[in-house]
Amino acid sequence: MMFAPAPYLLKDVSVSQVMTQVCIALVPGIVAYAWLIGPAILVQLVIASLAALAAESVMLKIRGKPQAMFLSDGSAVVTAWLIALTFPPLAPWWLVALGTVFAIVVAKHLYGGLGQNPFNPAMVAFAVCIVAFPALMSQWPSVGLRMPLVDQLNIILGLAPRVDALSGATPLDALKTALKLGDSSVDVAQLLANQDIFGNFAGRGWEWVAGGYLLGGLWLWYRKLITWHVPVAFIGALAVLSGALWLYDPARFASPLFHLFSGGAMIGAFFIATDPVSGCTTPRGKLIFGAGAGLLAYIIRVFGGYPDGVAFAVLLMNLSAPLIDLLTQPPIFGMKDKA
Amino acid sequence: MLMNLFKFKGGVKPPTNKTQSVTLPIAVAPIPSRLVVPLHQSIGGTPRPVVQAGDQVLKGQLIGEADGWISAAIHAPTSGTVVEVAMHVQPHPSGLDAMCVVIAPDGRDEWIAHQPFDYANAAPEAVREYLQQSGVVGLGGAVFPTHGKLTPSKTVPMEELVINGAECEPFITCDDLLMRERAEEVVRGIGIFRDLLQPKKVLIGIEDNKPEAAAAMRAAVDALGEPFSVIQVPTLYPAGGAKQLIRVLTGKEVPAAKRSTDLGVQCFNVATAYTAWRAISHGEPVVSRLVTVTGNVHAPRNYEVLIGTPMDELLQLATPHPDTDGIIMGGPMMGFLVPDRQVPVIKATNCLIAHDDRLFPPKPPEMPCIRCGSCAQACPHELQPFEMYWFSRAKNFGKTQEYHIFDCIECGCCSFVCPSRIPLVQYFRFAKSEIWAREREKNAADGAKTRFEFKQVREEREKAEKAEKLAKAAAAQAAKKAAEAAAAAAAGEPVAEGAAAVEPVAPEATPVPVAVDPEKAAKMATIQAAMERAKAQREAAQPKNTEALKATQQKEIDEIEARRQAAHLTEATPAAPAGEKTE
Repeated sequence: MMFAPAPYLLKDVSVSQVMTQVCIALVPGIVAYAWLIGPAILVQLVIASLAALAAESVMLKIRGKPQAMFLSDGSAVVTAWLIALTFPPLAPWWLVALGTVFAIVVAKHLYGGLGQNPFNPAMVAFAVCIVAFPALMSQWPSVGLRMPLVDQLNIILGLAPRVDALSGATPLDALKTALKLGDSSVDVAQLLANQDIFGNFAGRGWEWVAGGYLLGGLWLWYRKLITWHVPVAFIGALAVLSGALWLYDPARFASPLFHLFSGGAMIGAFFIATDPVSGCTTPRGKLIFGAGAGLLAYIIRVFGGYPDGVAFAVLLMNLSAPLIDLLTQPPIFGMKDKA
Repeated sequence: MLMNLFKFKGGVKPPTNKTQSVTLPIAVAPIPSRLVVPLHQSIGGTPRPVVQAGDQVLKGQLIGEADGWISAAIHAPTSGTVVEVAMHVQPHPSGLDAMCVVIAPDGRDEWIAHQPFDYANAAPEAVREYLQQSGVVGLGGAVFPTHGKLTPSKTVPMEELVINGAECEPFITCDDLLMRERAEEVVRGIGIFRDLLQPKKVLIGIEDNKPEAAAAMRAAVDALGEPFSVIQVPTLYPAGGAKQLIRVLTGKEVPAAKRSTDLGVQCFNVATAYTAWRAISHGEPVVSRLVTVTGNVHAPRNYEVLIGTPMDELLQLATPHPDTDGIIMGGPMMGFLVPDRQVPVIKATNCLIAHDDRLFPPKPPEMPCIRCGSCAQACPHELQPFEMYWFSRAKNFGKTQEYHIFDCIECGCCSFVCPSRIPLVQYFRFAKSEIWAREREKNAADGAKTRFEFKQVREEREKAEKAEKLAKAAAAQAAKKAAEAAAAAAAGEPVAEGAAAVEPVAPEATPVPVAVDPEKAAKMATIQAAMERAKAQREAAQPKNTEALKATQQKEIDEIEARRQAAHLTEATPAAPAGEKTE
């Protein structure tokens, strides 16, 4: 005690508090998800959490790190929840578990554990699974299906055959197909009018889930756990690019509102691109990081071959983050006129 | 007076814990059983002791003489007998010993004859010297000799004089109580600083959690009719850091590489102004100061304490609770646990906090950095602490300097907010001390290298000079022979050939070894230069021998020279460039 250095007062904050608040911020989105898409997501969250904690525990043991301190820090649970929320809701349990284990073992611990991972572990899991299991990762249930919980569970646990009804196209997919066909007879505006798929403006049910993430994200900002830079840049870049193309040809491109509330845009802007470990840390760096992720997400989801582009966009920006940080160091106190 | 305040970025709001110690007025602490007065109590040179064991001293008597301009005198805090002048443990985190004068008080507290300084008729230079002799130093904690900051810059006009009454550290209230109870003397002291520096404005900054102090200061300023502004600044740690207060009051940012005077600002603590006034108006040197005694004690309070009072004795006055397990000197953000409870109160001691685990819970284990950036947002100097932490940990000290580690004021904001509870400031102190140590090592090595090289150069030069002397002698011999031969025989070719055979000795004798490496080349250049100088001297000296010549002698010499030149025995002189051209 005698050699303990100042300061002797510490703010009441901890890593587990930070992670807990991130989880709390995800709750509005989860509630909307369970209500509108299906309560099976709650089971997926549990499966992912258990897989993450098990993998974390094993890796801590192998690496000779204290179990209690790191298992309770909550970082594995955040990763698990992001995986469960970005994977298809009726993905088989083993796929969710496999993705989570890969995220914890490879993307997190093999790089040095908490705070050391250059890539967002949840997005690594998503990218690996969509490359390895493209069919399973593309099966999104038709929202109108209204499947009872028991049936959903049976599908997740592999007790019931994966029916065709599952593989209904996501709103993003439907649009992409239309675009790819280059069929001038298909008009985006007409497609979007189909409320069974597209809901009021961005995908039936999903738009409210995205709204839940937006709400939780704003709370994170209010609690000062994230700064405004990344979400604003992400959403701004996505809106500007989609808006420009939409104005250029509204028959082929969907509106910015559609893109912001579809797929992983909102959860990406507030919960994934804001990950401090794998993202940028300087204010200008965060703006570049967010904008880059938003632009890439749009390009990949509209012109690429995958259902959504957020995961690859974030991973690509993770790759550039150290360089961006290096080049965007802010001027310090007393040196602003020089910079 | 209304004025625009500026903001500094970052800062934190720890619980202030100030109310406990402001309920009671300042009390005078009794004379302790013995006083241990360290000689080195300010930045700069260590004062030389002017007393020895057995001497009787009076209160205010000089016991340590300032050593150099940046140094301040030390005085006996009370009357008594000098027990010893010896090494004692210091109130410093290092726990190292330093030279102290130990005094056994006689209890009479008898002052040495002293009188007010004749301020009205004194030159500024004399005032500064008097303050140095009175041991006036910055009492905000940095203890920089005050007189050293009272010379106006010749190039930059002094615009603002900032007086620091912010007292932003939690728990500390000594400046608050000083301003409440002795505002007039503080303001008069500020008047002296104003007279010496001639600033355009005087701004007194006080955090807005001290309304009583601000009111007292305003009243004193009005009563004395001074044009000083008393400004309440937002309570935000570290608003009392000199650079932060200057920023808030003037909008100017002083970088680490500059002094505030370069920007036309100077800053003093209120307690410093008070002691300056006591010295000028009463002739009292700095022998005591106000100390807040608080923390895990029964009766927190501010005491006027003699310098050298053992901290443990002072703490007893406030009745510490039995579970007290240490004493923090200074505030909880930048202070430190003293290595020994017996260490003395010094001029830098503004606060003693009795430490226990209830007030200051043990730190939870350190977690890895998650780069959340809280530290960067809290840093008042807008640094990137997590980057500096990363490089400090990796001992990549060059990188820490690229991230401006020396702009860090060690305020502790980053450590305070870190969710991973990383003792960031500790890493930065480590990195700084390592960089300093390496710098010292490098300087020592450079010094040794320079000495060695100089020795080598000197030896080479001596060798060269010796060789040159020999060559010169040989050349003179040869010239003499040649001259004799030329004079005797009438320009005989064989003789000239013989002379020619002798002549090349001179260039060969001056050793020009082939340079093998740059160091040697540098050495050679030095030697060459030395030789060139010697040659120049020689040439300058030579004409003296041929100054008072008769016309016939001169003619003879000229003839000889002409013949030698014709026979290529000598270099063409500037007087005969034609000879050179023909060749």
